[in-house]
Amino acid sequence: MTENIGELVAEHPLFSGLPVDIAELVGGCSQNVAIATGQLLLEEGEPARSLFLLRRGHVALEVHEPGRVPLVIDRIGPGQAVGWSWMFPPYRWHFDARALEPVGAISVDADCLRSKAEADPAFGYLLMKRLAAVMLDRLQATRIRLLDVYGRDVAH
Amino acid sequence: MDLSASFVVDRAGLDGLLGALEARGYRTIGPVVRDGAVVQQQVSSTDDLPQGWHDEQAPGHYRLHHDSDPSLFGWAVGPGSPKSEFYPARSLVWRATSTGDVVTLEQPREDSAPVALIGSRPCELAGMRVLDRVFAGGEVPDPGYRDRRESAFVVVAECGTPAATCFCTSMDTGPGVADGAEAGYDLALTELTSAGEPRYLVRIGSERGAEIAEEMGGSPCQPQDLAARNAVLEEAARRIDRKLDAANVRRLLAGNLGHPRWDDVASRCLACGNCTLVCPTCFCGGVTDTTTVDGGVERHRQWNSCFDLAHSLVHTGPVRATTWSRYRQWLTHKLSTWHDQFGMSGCVGCGRCITWCPVGIDITAEVAAIAASDGAVPVYIESGGDRS
Amino acid sequence: MCTDAMLLTEAEPLSNPLTPATYRVVDRRVETGDVVTLSLEPTSGPCPFAFKPGQFNMLTSFGVGEVAISISSAPGAPGPVEHTVRDVGAITHSLCAAAVGTVIGVRGPFGTDWGVDGLDDKDVVIVAGGIGLAPLRGAISYLVDKPGRSGRVYVLVGAREPDQITFPDDLKRWERDGAIVKVTVDVPDSRWWGAIGVVTTLLPTVDFDPARTVSLVCGPEIMMRFTVRGLVDLGVPLGAIRVSLERNMQCGIGWCGHCQLGPLLICRDGPVFDYSQALEELISERER
Repeated sequence: MTENIGELVAEHPLFSGLPVDIAELVGGCSQNVAIATGQLLLEEGEPARSLFLLRRGHVALEVHEPGRVPLVIDRIGPGQAVGWSWMFPPYRWHFDARALEPVGAISVDADCLRSKAEADPAFGYLLMKRLAAVMLDRLQATRIRLLDVYGRDVAH
Repeated sequence: MDLSASFVVDRAGLDGLLGALEARGYRTIGPVVRDGAVVQQQVSSTDDLPQGWHDEQAPGHYRLHHDSDPSLFGWAVGPGSPKSEFYPARSLVWRATSTGDVVTLEQPREDSAPVALIGSRPCELAGMRVLDRVFAGGEVPDPGYRDRRESAFVVVAECGTPAATCFCTSMDTGPGVADGAEAGYDLALTELTSAGEPRYLVRIGSERGAEIAEEMGGSPCQPQDLAARNAVLEEAARRIDRKLDAANVRRLLAGNLGHPRWDDVASRCLACGNCTLVCPTCFCGGVTDTTTVDGGVERHRQWNSCFDLAHSLVHTGPVRATTWSRYRQWLTHKLSTWHDQFGMSGCVGCGRCITWCPVGIDITAEVAAIAASDGAVPVYIESGGDRS
Repeated sequence: MCTDAMLLTEAEPLSNPLTPATYRVVDRRVETGDVVTLSLEPTSGPCPFAFKPGQFNMLTSFGVGEVAISISSAPGAPGPVEHTVRDVGAITHSLCAAAVGTVIGVRGPFGTDWGVDGLDDKDVVIVAGGIGLAPLRGAISYLVDKPGRSGRVYVLVGAREPDQITFPDDLKRWERDGAIVKVTVDVPDSRWWGAIGVVTTLLPTVDFDPARTVSLVCGPEIMMRFTVRGLVDLGVPLGAIRVSLERNMQCGIGWCGHCQLGPLLICRDGPVFDYSQALEELISERER
């Protein structure tokens, strides 16, 4: 069942261009998953157990608050990755992630990935570089969004 | 049963009861047929009662039939309940007037005659006990409710002809009522129709009941009368085949808030709120303040329904914005969290919500469906998805 | 003469618990753009209002309606009872616009309180987001002013922008009187030199002992959830955290059924709750 999983990992932009054995290493922690529309991949407060590599369908990163529709923080799509809280203690999701349509993804088990990174620092460094690059990108984009450039009154 | 606290009367004895109540200044409310249903209305004689009327109830279905049967209580329950008498659908709470910068409030005097209920069902009696806990048994008792309840004379009629939607046997609220003052009635009637004209076995449940009973005439209760009563109740219980697992439902619903059945019932529910209107225990209410033409202000209290979109409104919007949320709230409150809030179930098994739901949602079926797949969650992650 | 505020007529006491006592606005203070503090006194004359911090009153704007508002003054403080109102709807708009002299209906106090009496030997970490500082204001003053307390008081405040920081004078006063006060904003202006970021970012900057800490948290529910997580991550036991919750409230006395949160009635079992696994499950139960 999982003999193709390494190839699928290698195809995903987060891991593309890395040596084949890296993809196999990650593949060993992975399974192919399908999530129905409206279901939560990540649930705020729950244990963070996977990194999701999206292959098909979009996911909304959101926060729920009584009396409001869920507040959408971001929308993540095919070729991107969802879920970072598995990287550091206390390993709990900070937000919800909801499938906006049928989603196909590779679910990489976090315990497996972390222990492989600990055991093989070279792999760990490659993994962290890839993840950090995406996180930096998102952080910069979020900071610009905070400035609310379209909404600022001149005479503020 | 204490034979000395019971006796048997014929229909004339019931008219004697109605006369005695009227003479004592009660406003007697009993069942009448109107607009195709058995409804609660002021009555003065047994001629007003639904002689020969029988109801046929099913999910989303209510029909009355008439025949030459001399029985007065050959039907189960109608859409109304004693809730309307003790917790009016709308009432004035206070009126404020201002002169200059002084605001004066006054409360309306409650001067209507005390109520006598004729022909309340055991499930309705149970419903009154539930509302007693909500409105008279909490930290802040409702003095209006308490006064109306305490002054009310209650004549309960045990059930001989339950409807197909009834499930009082599951909720331990019928088809009969126990002896004694704890049961909460002044007099209890059981209509015995085994031979010719109906006779009524009357049991006394209070001193007030005993006092009025003296004006009913009647003959001592014989063992065969007791046997006839037992037969009526056994047959009624046997006919009830709708069931609810009352012992398990509290835990079942609390533990299945994410069950796929909620999506299923939400696709059928119209959020019309009929169930909350006919339910003898639904108590949600609200207040509205209005201005009057003469510059005064009035506060009214009225029934609300948790099926209203505005029921859970906070300043950003409703907390329960979908039918899914609101149906789940109603049923989990009625059968589960009511226990946490009031130490009892909110449901008395009268089946009205089943009968009067325009799409025929049956709460016993919903509970059974959840129980059949207890713990099910919508499919969340399934491994081995397609690899395209 | 201080009479029982519920006795409004000489003829008979008004017995219906939905009937308010009449109070008058004796002072009105605009805190920020849409937040006003009303000081109320009974129409029959000044009379101390007995309550515990964290409790709320039902305030009636005659002809408009009634709404639950937290009491924001300190208990036992002389003078009128204060309510800080944010203009978010018809009734609160009317209250915020009420001029000095307006008669307002008052029912209360209702609900559970912050439990500040039993905290003498505790470090109390108070985390307030936006208008959430109002229900905590009385608690903070009580703790800061209470003699003989061996624990410290920390006041961590988050606001959207510097202009929306409520009670800036109280913040300075509390700091002068021994509390550790830190303020952060989401969106600074050019004059702001303070912390930037959500209020949870202040938690690691504060040196408190989680083993002897009780935390009082109030603000939007998202903020409270994240703050609880932040406190727990720093070692504060779940049960040592108290939050103040809010739902639709129409009677305050357990009759109307509107304020239900699962098995809880916010007016009677809250608004202040000890945090627990069970409470977290209720708050996390996503409605749609």
